[in-house]
Amino acid sequence: MVSGEKGRLLRWWFFFLLLLSPLAALFVNLLNDNLGADPAKVIVKELGFWAITLLWLTLSVTPGIKLLGWRWLMSFRRMLGLYTFFYAVLHLLSFATFLVGWRWDILLTELTKRPYIVVGSLALLLLIPLTFTSTKAMQRRLGRRWKKLHSLVYPISLLAMLHFIWQIRSDFGQQLIFAILLAILLGYRLYLNRRS
Amino acid sequence: MSKRLIREALNIPSSEITSESIYKQRRRLIQAAMSAAILPAFAYPSFARAAGYEIPDDLPRYPGPAWLRQKLASAVRNPDLSVSDELAPYYHIITHNNFYEFGTDKRDPARYAQNFKTDPWKVEISGEVAKPGNYNLEDILAPHALEDRVYRLRCVEAWSMVIPWLGFPLADLIKRFEPTSKAKYVHFTTILDKEQMSEQRSSFGTIDWPYVEGLRMDEAMNPLTLMAVGVYGNALPPQNGAPLRLVVPWKYGFKSIKSIVRIHFSETMPETSWNVTAPSEYGFYANVNPAVDHPRWSQATERQLPSSLLSPNIVDTLPFNGYADQVAHLYKGMDLAKWF
Ligand code: HEM
Repeated sequence: MVSGEKGRLLRWWFFFLLLLSPLAALFVNLLNDNLGADPAKVIVKELGFWAITLLWLTLSVTPGIKLLGWRWLMSFRRMLGLYTFFYAVLHLLSFATFLVGWRWDILLTELTKRPYIVVGSLALLLLIPLTFTSTKAMQRRLGRRWKKLHSLVYPISLLAMLHFIWQIRSDFGQQLIFAILLAILLGYRLYLNRRS
Repeated sequence: MSKRLIREALNIPSSEITSESIYKQRRRLIQAAMSAAILPAFAYPSFARAAGYEIPDDLPRYPGPAWLRQKLASAVRNPDLSVSDELAPYYHIITHNNFYEFGTDKRDPARYAQNFKTDPWKVEISGEVAKPGNYNLEDILAPHALEDRVYRLRCVEAWSMVIPWLGFPLADLIKRFEPTSKAKYVHFTTILDKEQMSEQRSSFGTIDWPYVEGLRMDEAMNPLTLMAVGVYGNALPPQNGAPLRLVVPWKYGFKSIKSIVRIHFSETMPETSWNVTAPSEYGFYANVNPAVDHPRWSQATERQLPSSLLSPNIVDTLPFNGYADQVAHLYKGMDLAKWF
């Protein structure tokens, strides 16, 4: 293991590229016409899947530190959060471009009339203030209020879960896994709260 | 940059160019087909060739059982009941399927159904008919000449395709088995085969297998209602519902049940799979209706496949999927928002 400043930098780049790789893989598959007869839908779903996965990973940082003692995780919490936002924004953009073709009439009804999209949009909207207050400077400036603001991540995760659950058709295996993981991640916070 | 992206940048619909760019994907599909001993480019008489359907050489063809080939080859086009829209490419039709028994991804059926055994095949005819029984598919098909019909298919998920089916009117089949006066509805059942169909084994499924669909008798007797055994001039691929499926072009695709093993006649309305699974989302009738949205999908428009990435092929959805002239009278006086 490389230590010191150089090791930290190496680790940063490693995680940075690792979390970018799902997008790179999607891109390579697209260029190779590897996404099937309807790449539009596949792209939207993949990006949504990575957005929720990264959100769950962001939520895993605190339990990871407290339960496993992996303190180094802390320096990647911001990166995980920003990547969540990044994939969620690409998810929305690919929906608006590849599926809706920026037809404003359709986009407007989709964003207001489909319950699963309304909660998805709300989740994305709430991610915006978190994204723009994610810097160390902002953290210092906001002080105690920063923590309060960033506990928005809990309702956001519930909205994202609901967004996913409302898409269940003939099989809920995936949704069940994400729901169990979320129950553990949020349950652990409740447990910590109770104790203190 | 791939040819497709260039094409899309130039805004050329992909169907205008035989897309050699999907080559790799095809290779994989062919490998799957080869392992199932469905060889591409068989020397068999084919309606596809006669009708001039473009099936790229590198995609698998499905000749069907020997006894069916002559029948397929002597099919004739029914111009009166065909639409003149441009066909979806063969590639799209055989790789983009909702056949949940084989997986929930659109690409799953083409991946996992290649070894699905569709011959020999039996169909049980039961209920309110004079001639119930368990028949070989060959005997069921024997008296029927096949027609080639180009239909629009509109999925409830707001995408659509134009597909050339080979089949015969369901009405002709029904008459042979002489339904009684009590036969008000027709039920259809897909095969239940947990060994071959992975989703039927899933512990987290929402559908109580086997898949069941149904029609009112007058819907079943409408000349548009087709029993299909082929597509694009060949036999049905397993992922498209081989060896026998229903095609009801004015209803959402899920009504057009695949791989049928039972046709049952009764006085009571069948409990159809999606309707039972989510009654507020899927009605028994499921007529294509741009005025009544699904909770998740607007039904006012549809993405007609093939759809290019940068300019999705969005078109307005028509009442009864464009077949209003032929079928609207069936629902006279009914509130279609209530009976969705
Ligand atoms: C404006 C915001 C959003 C819109 C318009 C939107 C829209 C969509 C659409 C259209 C789908 C595909 C549904 C289908 O298969 O028919 C989808 C799937 C999905 N979205 Fe979103 N979404 C939004 C925000 C989010 C956010 C914030 C997250 C997570 C943090 C998310 C996670 C997902 C997931 C996990 C899926 C399912 C992927 C799969 O099936 O594998 N979405 N979304």
